[in-house]
Amino acid sequence: MTSPAPVPALEARGIVKAFPGVLANDGVDFDLRRGEIHALLGENGAGKSTLVNVLAGLYRPDAGEIRLDGQPIVFGSPKDAIAAGLGMVHQHFTLVPSQTVTENVLLGLSEPRFWLRPGRSEEEIGGLAGKFGLRVDPRAKIWQLSVGEQQRVEILKLLYRGARILIMDEPTAVLAPHEIDELFRTLRSMTSDGRSVVFISHKLGEVLAIADRITVMRRGRVTAAGIEPAATSTTDLARRMVGRDVLELVERMPQQPGDVILAVRDVTADNDRGLPALRGVSLDVRAGEIVGIAAVAGNGQSELAEVITALRPCGGSVRIRGEEVANRATGHAIKHGVAHVPEDRTGVGSSPNLSLADNLIMKRYREPPIARGWFIDDTAARGLAQGLKDEYSIAAPSIDTEARLLSGGNLQRLIFAREIDSGPRLIVAVQPTRGLDVGAIESVHRILLERRAAGAAIVLISEELDEILSLSDRVDVMFEGRIAGSFPAETADIHEIGLLMTGGRPAANDAVPTAASQAR
Amino acid sequence: MHLRLEPRIDAPRWFTAVVTLGALGFALVLSGLIIWLVGGDPVKSFSHIVVAAFGSVGVISDTLVKATPLILTGLACSLAFRMRLWNIGAEGQFLLGAWGASAVVLAPILPAGTPAIVVIPAMMLAGAAAGGLWGFIPGVLRARLGVNEIITTLMLNYVALFWLQFWVFGPWSKGGFPETEPFPPEAWLPRLTDLAASFPILGGLTLHLGLIFGIVAATIMWIALERTRWGYEIRLIGDSPRAARYAGIDINRKIIVVFVISGALAGLGGMSEVAGVVHGLQDRISPGYGFTAIIIAYLARFGPFRVIFASILFGALILAGREIQPSGVPAMIQGIVLFALVGSDVLIRYRIRFDRRLATA
Repeated sequence: MTSPAPVPALEARGIVKAFPGVLANDGVDFDLRRGEIHALLGENGAGKSTLVNVLAGLYRPDAGEIRLDGQPIVFGSPKDAIAAGLGMVHQHFTLVPSQTVTENVLLGLSEPRFWLRPGRSEEEIGGLAGKFGLRVDPRAKIWQLSVGEQQRVEILKLLYRGARILIMDEPTAVLAPHEIDELFRTLRSMTSDGRSVVFISHKLGEVLAIADRITVMRRGRVTAAGIEPAATSTTDLARRMVGRDVLELVERMPQQPGDVILAVRDVTADNDRGLPALRGVSLDVRAGEIVGIAAVAGNGQSELAEVITALRPCGGSVRIRGEEVANRATGHAIKHGVAHVPEDRTGVGSSPNLSLADNLIMKRYREPPIARGWFIDDTAARGLAQGLKDEYSIAAPSIDTEARLLSGGNLQRLIFAREIDSGPRLIVAVQPTRGLDVGAIESVHRILLERRAAGAAIVLISEELDEILSLSDRVDVMFEGRIAGSFPAETADIHEIGLLMTGGRPAANDAVPTAASQAR
Repeated sequence: MHLRLEPRIDAPRWFTAVVTLGALGFALVLSGLIIWLVGGDPVKSFSHIVVAAFGSVGVISDTLVKATPLILTGLACSLAFRMRLWNIGAEGQFLLGAWGASAVVLAPILPAGTPAIVVIPAMMLAGAAAGGLWGFIPGVLRARLGVNEIITTLMLNYVALFWLQFWVFGPWSKGGFPETEPFPPEAWLPRLTDLAASFPILGGLTLHLGLIFGIVAATIMWIALERTRWGYEIRLIGDSPRAARYAGIDINRKIIVVFVISGALAGLGGMSEVAGVVHGLQDRISPGYGFTAIIIAYLARFGPFRVIFASILFGALILAGREIQPSGVPAMIQGIVLFALVGSDVLIRYRIRFDRRLATA
């Protein structure tokens, strides 16, 4: 910051973008220097994604100007943007599963015209991958690759098209710890090659670890522009993100677990495509105990949650305080005190076009006082809903508001309110904080610990290792449908767990899994 | 200029009603335009329709008679559609209900001379049961085997028609004609004109008890949907089957039950038509009531009481169809109404935005 700043590689001035009811970007300035990693930090809904979508040509701003190397520019489409050397890796990948890495990289390019020469292209792409430490086999099919490897293919696609500026939208959300380390090495090697990276995240720690400069957004405005990591701290960043002080981790009091509430024995189950997802899982959860299930997406943890909550047929046995619930009606598990905070909040956990009140009685409408014979007591239902709305501070105009109008955090409060209110013996919480902002995460964590103190058994399934480690009494790692390891939280080591999550073996740090061994 | 659709997040309650009535108005204007284009006088045509359908006590009674089978089949469709079960088979269920009710008299299930107080309930039961059976088949196929109910219900309409024709042309035929012997008066639903002895003003009015069936059925359906656990489950399944499963609802069972009730309602419509209007069975008992019911259910946005009003509107169109030439006009209006309604859904769900070019471009 001492020498006069050179012309930035990319610069946005006064970007305004409104959506119905929301001013997503309200006069945002942003600049990206050549060869830097510039982190864009903010809660969900702060306007980060809107800003980068404007930068990448996906949205047209209502006002404002974008300059590339000092020249004003208007992108009509993402194609214009990539032609100008600006590319984006989205959270949801855009790859063709049945094609190879090379085919995916070449897809949509005008060269080679008709005659593919796979050997030559593979060599070229392999070379490019090697240069930036992107370990991926150019001949592998996409479906064989792990999520981390697929992300590398997305990066390769952009590099092959000559991107000098890469925008990465929450790239670490889907990665295991060692994959994050690898990604960071790749990003470093790209910047030392003169390329620039916009790195979006809402995780403070990793932003401080990787970024050269940090811009924080809140409610569509920039609250900190281009500060350097040395000049700030996680507390400071959190305050700028949320607008108030945040307790970063809710404290977990030591507590003696009680009787076994949930006993899972040798459970096997298929996934939706009819392939084996659980291959013999056994697990005990005691009263007043949180068991964290750490796993990379697609290793059977979602199916495990569905088996325990009697939503998916299975082999083996699932008992709640001795009562078999597996393969019985879902209502049977509900009646025996199983609460479920599902992964898919909008598709499973709530009914989008029904009112808050209708959503809040979803698990209780069969019993008095809500049920009165065949009828639903409207007064009782509304009373219950109003009480829960107030108690869990669900921000909505009224209990007649449709659930789809709630923000992610408020919808999750609704689901927790409904599930907790019945006084469950067992809570199965799947990705309970995914996509939530810092404030909402804090309240979810507090609710889970309160339930633990109240003697509920809790299964916490999450891809956020920090969350699992800070809340759980015990951590079970799942890999390919099996429990790969189980650790008391006190002795659990994040790297060992990370390794087990990706199929590696503990205590053999040199045996990092290769792309080939992961692809099966 | 660039046209773009954005999801509407905050449509107020009245908005749906306004858009629906707007679509109806648009359809009428468009129909008028077509009438004008082929050389007709739209104002005259429409005023003729109004006079022909509502111009006197007599024609109002006729309109309500036409509306009665539409109400019952319209309720049948609305109930199934609420749960996103696309029962396109109200026509077949109606026909089978007509057949089942007729069988009580013609088979005969009850001996001749049985009093009306027994015959009428028996016919209602038989009609609802036969229609319910015709709903049960696609319901089971959908629930147990995942067979698409649109295909099965549509095809079962033909099966029902051929079944009906077999009986009308064969065993129950009156001297080879495609109709049966008329029912004895014990099998007739009471009509207003039956009261003419005490109230001469009611003389000649053919309005029959079937309308009461429709009104009672609509009331029960409204209470069931809005006030009971059963109706809550239907609303939940209709909005989000996965959430319903998560809430512990046995969806497959519900599919079968709703299909049976839907079929029974349409079947009751068939019973009311044979016992209240035709007093016999013919192969052309329905001019497509079960299909018009689909439009009615949409126009009513699946609301039971709204079904009654939509049915009266369409009853008027059918009645007036006999009066105005060319007689295809009411059918055309029905078709345009359906298209306008389906099209107007876009306006309810999305807001249309026009993008201007950027000032900096």
